[in-house]
Amino acid sequence: MFAKSDKAADLAGEITDAKAIRGRSLWRDARDRFVRNKAAMACVFVLGLIVLFVIFGPLLAQWSNEEIDWNRMGDIARDGRPSIENGHYFGLDELGRDLYARVIQATRTSLLVGLIGAAMALLVGTAYGVLAGFYGGRLDGAMMRFVDILLAIPTTLIIILILVVAGRSFITLFIALGAVSWLTMSRIVRAQTLALKSREFIEAARAGGVSEWAIITRHILPNLLGVVIVYASLLVPEMILAESFISFLGLGIAEPNTSLGRLIAEGAGTMAYGTLWQLLFPLFFYVTIIITMFFIGDGLRDALDPKDR
Amino acid sequence: MFAYIVKRLLGAIPTLLFLVVAAFFMMHLAPGGPFTSERPLPPEVLANIEAQYGLDQPLWKQLWDYVTGIVLHFDFGPSFRYKDRDVNDIIAQGFPISLTYGTLSFVVATLVGVSLGIAAAIRHNSWVDYFAVSLGIVAQALPNFIMGPILILTFTLWLGLLPGGGWNGGQWEYLIMPVIALSTSYMGNIARLTRSSMLEVMNSNFIRTARAKGLPARSVIWRHAMKPTLLPVISYLGPVFVYVLTGSVFVDLYFSTGGLGQSYVNSALTRDYAVLLGVTILYGALTILVNLLTDLAYAWFDPKIRY
Repeated sequence: MFAKSDKAADLAGEITDAKAIRGRSLWRDARDRFVRNKAAMACVFVLGLIVLFVIFGPLLAQWSNEEIDWNRMGDIARDGRPSIENGHYFGLDELGRDLYARVIQATRTSLLVGLIGAAMALLVGTAYGVLAGFYGGRLDGAMMRFVDILLAIPTTLIIILILVVAGRSFITLFIALGAVSWLTMSRIVRAQTLALKSREFIEAARAGGVSEWAIITRHILPNLLGVVIVYASLLVPEMILAESFISFLGLGIAEPNTSLGRLIAEGAGTMAYGTLWQLLFPLFFYVTIIITMFFIGDGLRDALDPKDR
Repeated sequence: MFAYIVKRLLGAIPTLLFLVVAAFFMMHLAPGGPFTSERPLPPEVLANIEAQYGLDQPLWKQLWDYVTGIVLHFDFGPSFRYKDRDVNDIIAQGFPISLTYGTLSFVVATLVGVSLGIAAAIRHNSWVDYFAVSLGIVAQALPNFIMGPILILTFTLWLGLLPGGGWNGGQWEYLIMPVIALSTSYMGNIARLTRSSMLEVMNSNFIRTARAKGLPARSVIWRHAMKPTLLPVISYLGPVFVYVLTGSVFVDLYFSTGGLGQSYVNSALTRDYAVLLGVTILYGALTILVNLLTDLAYAWFDPKIRY
């Protein structure tokens, strides 16, 4: 009967999108803050260019990453220089392979390593931290003790150990990086969960008879998201760094696959022979990725963590 | 305090045991041992070699012997690769070198980083400040394995001033580049951390009071602002020392200094599990020790913390 009243219908007709005051969500606020951050936006743009380069760069390549240019491999320092005419835009590597194709391949690997390493930390660390923090008590004690023990071992050594024991491949590399990256994440998530657990809205949900699973997924996880995203974005460059360090030592990804760390190591090994481009091209991409990722991470922190300003 | 130290040291024992056992099993479950080669050995020969290294014993017995060997005699066992050397020899030869680099880099990174950070904070928005901030950003993108090649390129190949590698009894020419390569990125981070911490402290009420009652700037900074500024820095120093130690793996390899890192990477490549295990345990133990020292230093600096 209320619905049939003329007045109500009139009122309903008046409330249009333009008139209703839209609440501004936290996420919208955060997005606005991020977009206003010039350094972060510039870095997103540069990183986007690199991603586009990785995706569409191979279309321009005239050589594959495995082909050896027999005509020019005799004297790399003279014939292997970067040149537009012969199609080796970035020159040749020490074995006569096209560096342009190799750099694209390596950049792809490094970006994937960063993303997958951070994603694994995000999934495992969040699940672990929420469980420990939410259920607390003895379970929490045991779980966090385990994390403390693992944190006491230098991460590079763990990664090297896993790679040596399980063999060097893409999958073991991701497992090894994942095995070390979730530890700090789980601690951060646990601390946040503990703080959230005692807040009034969780108490209200409990009093209202919401199941524990629903409390975790509907109330705790969304509130963790900001912190988790910020930390994961800071993990991406760390993962790339760790992988490059290990690849530089020759313990990371094996041929024919390659990563930026490996290419830098190769370039550094031959820089005395006048083939500096072999070092500089991979170095340029590497430094650019790391610096842009740090600025994006900082921008996300400023946007999502208002406490910090 | 004493009780706390004892408690922490006892707490480190399960951590170390876990590390030993986990690393031990990982290596023994891995496919392919140190004696597998392209040309397979005759089974009798292989059996003899394995008996000599005790690899024919049941796994739990091997583990027991290994752990008791470390605890009772501080003996990490023989190397699987070098017939005339055991792990203790390799560690005794390489570790002092790595430790020299590590400690020097740590000291340089801390001293320069903290001074730079403080200078930047005191002269906020001056060229010192901008220099410290940009160093902090660049340093993050230039870890040791990037700095190494750049330094060699500049100082050895172009300028010809410094030797490109070697140890030579620790002469200073041979120390400069490895120490710079190892310390730069942590120096940048420490400078950034000190700067932001100091800026925060200088804005706090008790500093305003100190200034208001007419204390000279020098005494405000050194007597009042210094301690609270350094607190967050100290908690970062523990991790830095560990990073520097593992980073010296790179320095040993790249500058061929003959340190432990070279043996570590070689043993990883040739699957010399005994050396790998020994060095991992050594670094693990050092990490635990350093973390303890960090916590103690923290308690000493911050009167609010009681154990």
